Amino acid sequence: MERPLTKNIDAGREPLGLKDYEAAGGYQAVRKVLQEMTPEEVTAAVKKSDLRGRGGAGFPTGLKWSFVPMGDDAPRPKYLVCNADEMEPGTFKDRVLLEGDPHQMVEAMIVAGYAMGADVGYIFLRWAYRLANQRLLAAIAEANAAGYLGDNILDSGYSFKLHVHTSAGRYICGEETALLNSLEGKRAIPRAKPPFPQISGLWGKPTIVQNVETLCNVPHIINRGADWFKSISRSAEGGTKLYGVSGRAKNPGCWELPMGTPIREIIDEYAGGMQDGLKLRGLLPGGASTDFLVEEHFDTPMDYASIAAAGSRMGTGTMILLDDGNCPVGMVLNMMEFFARESCGWCTPCREGLPWVEKILQAIEDGNGCAEDLDRLSAHARDLGHGNTFCALAPGAMEPLQSSLKYFREDFQSHITNKRCPWS
Amino acid sequence: MRVKITVDGKSYEVEQGDNLLRACLSNGLDLPYFCWHPILGSVGSCRQCAVKSYQDDDDTEGKIVMACMESSNEGCRISIDDPEAKRFRAQIIEWLMINHPHDCAVCDEGGECHLQDMTVMTGHDSRRYRFTKSTHRNQDLGPFINHEMNRCITCYRCVRYYRDYAGGKDLDAFGVHDRMYFGRQEDGTLESPFSGNLVEVCPTGVFTDKTFKQHYTRKWDLQSTPSVCVHCSLGCNTILGERYGGLRRVLNRYNADVNGYLICDRGRFGYGFVNSDQRISEAGVRIADGCTLESIDSDVAVRRFTSLIKNKESLIGIGSPRASLEANFALRQLVGKENFYSGASAQEFELVATVVDAMRNGSTQTPSLRQIESADAVLLLGEDPTASAPLLSLALRQSTRQQSILEAAKAGIPMWQDAAVRGLAQDSHGPLFIATPAATALDDIASETVRAAPDDVARLGLAVAHELDPKAPRVVKLGARLKLAKRIAAALLAAEQPLVVAGTASGSKAVIQAAAAVATALGVARAKAAAPWLFLTLPECNSMGLALLNAKPLAEIKQQPKGRGGSVIVLENNLYRRAKAEQVDALLDGKTLVVLDHVQHPTVDRARLVLPAATFAETSGTLVNNEGRAQEFHTAVMPTGAIRPSHGWLLSGLTACRPDEKHALSLEDLRAACAAEFPELASTWLSDESPTLRYAKEKVPRASFRASGRTAMHANVSVHEPTPPEDPDSALAFSMEGFRDPDAQLIPSYWAPGWNSVQALSKFQFEVGGPMRGGKPGVRLIQPCKDAPPSYPDEIPAAFAAREGEWLLLPLSRVFGGEELSSMDPAIQVRTSQAQLLLHEDDGLSLGLSEGDIVEIQSEVGSFSLPVAMRKNVCRGVAMLPLDTPGVGFLQLPLYASIRRVSG
Repeated sequence: MERPLTKNIDAGREPLGLKDYEAAGGYQAVRKVLQEMTPEEVTAAVKKSDLRGRGGAGFPTGLKWSFVPMGDDAPRPKYLVCNADEMEPGTFKDRVLLEGDPHQMVEAMIVAGYAMGADVGYIFLRWAYRLANQRLLAAIAEANAAGYLGDNILDSGYSFKLHVHTSAGRYICGEETALLNSLEGKRAIPRAKPPFPQISGLWGKPTIVQNVETLCNVPHIINRGADWFKSISRSAEGGTKLYGVSGRAKNPGCWELPMGTPIREIIDEYAGGMQDGLKLRGLLPGGASTDFLVEEHFDTPMDYASIAAAGSRMGTGTMILLDDGNCPVGMVLNMMEFFARESCGWCTPCREGLPWVEKILQAIEDGNGCAEDLDRLSAHARDLGHGNTFCALAPGAMEPLQSSLKYFREDFQSHITNKRCPWS
Repeated sequence: MRVKITVDGKSYEVEQGDNLLRACLSNGLDLPYFCWHPILGSVGSCRQCAVKSYQDDDDTEGKIVMACMESSNEGCRISIDDPEAKRFRAQIIEWLMINHPHDCAVCDEGGECHLQDMTVMTGHDSRRYRFTKSTHRNQDLGPFINHEMNRCITCYRCVRYYRDYAGGKDLDAFGVHDRMYFGRQEDGTLESPFSGNLVEVCPTGVFTDKTFKQHYTRKWDLQSTPSVCVHCSLGCNTILGERYGGLRRVLNRYNADVNGYLICDRGRFGYGFVNSDQRISEAGVRIADGCTLESIDSDVAVRRFTSLIKNKESLIGIGSPRASLEANFALRQLVGKENFYSGASAQEFELVATVVDAMRNGSTQTPSLRQIESADAVLLLGEDPTASAPLLSLALRQSTRQQSILEAAKAGIPMWQDAAVRGLAQDSHGPLFIATPAATALDDIASETVRAAPDDVARLGLAVAHELDPKAPRVVKLGARLKLAKRIAAALLAAEQPLVVAGTASGSKAVIQAAAAVATALGVARAKAAAPWLFLTLPECNSMGLALLNAKPLAEIKQQPKGRGGSVIVLENNLYRRAKAEQVDALLDGKTLVVLDHVQHPTVDRARLVLPAATFAETSGTLVNNEGRAQEFHTAVMPTGAIRPSHGWLLSGLTACRPDEKHALSLEDLRAACAAEFPELASTWLSDESPTLRYAKEKVPRASFRASGRTAMHANVSVHEPTPPEDPDSALAFSMEGFRDPDAQLIPSYWAPGWNSVQALSKFQFEVGGPMRGGKPGVRLIQPCKDAPPSYPDEIPAAFAAREGEWLLLPLSRVFGGEELSSMDPAIQVRTSQAQLLLHEDDGLSLGLSEGDIVEIQSEVGSFSLPVAMRKNVCRGVAMLPLDTPGVGFLQLPLYASIRRVSG
């Protein structure tokens, strides 16, 4: 099994320095694109691989890049921003890549930057990833010293500056346009689209925002080609995926596996199955903002299409387990507390609707629920849907709520009827 | 281009690319909204204007979209009435109301609240939220604005207006999620001179008028009257609210050509002089001791007046740039044109004449204030309009966005996509070039700023003119400013619609002429392109009107031998603001002085006969603004007691002393006589309402439909409802009954079924933000001379050279405290900072000064003392003296003076 993204990663030691990374084949993609390929060819190669964004939305990466204005008339400077603000609850896959192989991140930025003709790159890093910050800064310093970054990289005529920006810690910064506002020093609120960042992004200039894992795939696609990329997958969607498991499994963690590895296989073989005495009731396949999947879905392959067909979203691919020893209402309440707190306050449904949902769930959990509460929750799940809100935060928040109302309704009902939480 | 869209099965014609919300409102449809505002555009935050949108005729499902964020395209099909859209809109209101205090009954906004209207419109009427409301701490935001954050529905309009639109810095959005807070970082006065617009921009009662709160009355009980602001020369339109004989508040009145949706804080809050207990309320005659003024009743006053004006030969009339055209003309009728003098200072007289000459005899076009927003390159010479003509500054601020709006359009982003347009533009502004002696409030968005004495400002302007048209005189020895002149010339030439701004506040004729020269040269250089714009400010609300009446300058009053007698009639004017005290004293010596005015001042103190005049709020009249636009204001408060409009006193006197001649007896007669004598002014009063002062045999009611307690108002005096006062001078009635129509030429307030707030205005416009269906935008009296050959000043001023040991004193306009009438308002007084002499920091250091030191300013005309302010952003060698500094008296600036430290 090939694990291109994590092959250099060994949690037991420091990440590879520049020399070791080069010895392991690192920066070959930089050399290749600068010396042999035009930016358009790089984009074409990524397009051909069918790489899809690993941040949660799954948008085709090469297609996104193709919207950037190219050529001498294009507005400058252009920016490449890596979204490393990994704030999705239950998600820690980017952290593995950033801490484990920072040079891979730097190389990916250079290659992608070259493809879009970016002048400046930013890695927008979650504030809490302090170790990743240290390691990235060290890697960037080494890359600068070695001439992989800065002016006229490897004598190619291409120049690219790379900075790390540590975020102030808001979930909404994972939304790419809120991230850009935050990076500009403004309130982290999303922007209306269109215009898309590719046209008017950071400081009004053409900008690509891309997730860590997505970018890290790029050097490997360049080095080994689209056909190889597609071949290492177990599904129609190419490549590998960093899958994660959290919750009461025996061995929660994060593993790079072929795209399309089935849920049950990930949980049983890699996470070691459930802790003794606990039964898996359901799971959120890709972070807190995805719909619950239950027993009947556990054999579903983890790829975008299959998980969507099962009624959820692949999201970040890092699942959160619900076992039979925990209250589903409490679990959803916990998430709603998070989402209500992380609402940026820009649009009415999210700002006012999520706290209401949270308060209702708290009341139910405390034994103060009313008969109408479930209708109120369902109404919110409907009214905070896509299109009704300004961005995807609230619709994402509604996914675990609406699916828990569907799959665990009797638990909600018993809280209300018996005026207590059975697990407390 | 117009396209057809379908709304609920009916076809409407709309502007292609317009957002659907504006398109719907422009077609008279009711669609609730909050975060959108005509001048702020769309941001899609409140989600209130949700409608169902259908892809094509086969689409039966549709999807919910926000109307404000969608473009109108041919064939676009939407539904407002769709049940799902309706339910969603009601849900939005329910969310917004979660934390709202529901304190309508005690809220200043109640009855005129957009939130109330929208709540009713969506049908949300019962509460399902059963948890605790959140509350906020309110801030003291100074004398103008009351803050009640608990009412906030987080529409973001306040910060978008205050920061993005008006350039303010000290109001912001704080906090996050459902704990958003809109206020200042700490308690304190809102610094922007445009803060008052928050009162109208806020859709509910978070920001309300604190001066109105001092004498609050329910808004539906106000009698509303269309008026024109008297606190600068721009002539912004206002609505005055009256109850129980007092002026309670001033609101913006929309004029698509002048002030649009906004007025400045001086205009909104400066009305206190009308209600002041310092008002002259009775006629008085000075008794023998020369000090005491004895009250006399009106009939006696008229008789006294008549006896004093009988001898026409020995009469002198001094008019006023703050009195109406009619009052000035009545005085002129009374004293005869040969004895009618301008009440402006000698310098103002000359500067205004220079402006009128440039407008009348030049080929450049004077834009309307609103048009200025669309200028795409601006040169500002000599003054800070934020102080001299505040709303001009706001218009110029918008003009600096013009190029980025055009850029955005190229990128496919419509102008109404506010956040996207601003996101693309980021901090790019301009071009706006500013050349002034001291910093301006527009410096933050200027392309380049130059600090220079007026003569050097004029030289720079003339150099720009020469770059544009070699026939303009060449300015030598410009140094580095030659390159700047070239840059300015290039920027103006590259623009679609360049604009040059200057005015009388610079105190410099050379600056005004230089501005005119730049505009003229631009016209030459641009040949067949649209005429360049030239916008010149004037000192006062009717400076232009007075100038058009051809009054003679004060200096021409022939000194008559002492004791020869005769009377001087001064109309609404304090001569000690117009000339040195010795000059005024000499002028009045041996004469009998009659003063008609409403406020106390030293000229009143000298008068033998004082006649209590109506303020602008108590009479009808006409003012001509700086662009030459004649606009009428009307009686909002019926004058009480002995108070009469000035023109009324003057006509009474005229009739009484010359009973055999035919005289104007009413305001209408006066206007007819004025129009006959000054054909240029004739178009001012041609309207449907004349001569009957009625529409459809009815008058326009000042009171709202919803006025309450009318019969109870005076019940403590008499249970019989008194006859409403008659206002013979307008087609308005102090009544609830009469002719109400959006197409009428008089629109005293905005109301439509379901729309009780000022946002009902949409129902009075052809399209939202466009011209009014009714109302009167005023009449432009002055047209440029299109074929005038380019003419340039013959003289180029010498370059300014700082003198050793002497400083050139220059006038410094102030938004608060620099204008006569508003300075009497208690709230404005709180906002007026102590007058300071402004110097360049290094000049101050060379004098051994530190900030705040008291200095004595000594010139050939005397000395006075002031604290000093030292800044880097001031021209070296000059000292800026605030206009109307208390204790300084009249000074003809510029003037050289020495400066000496008195104390720390």
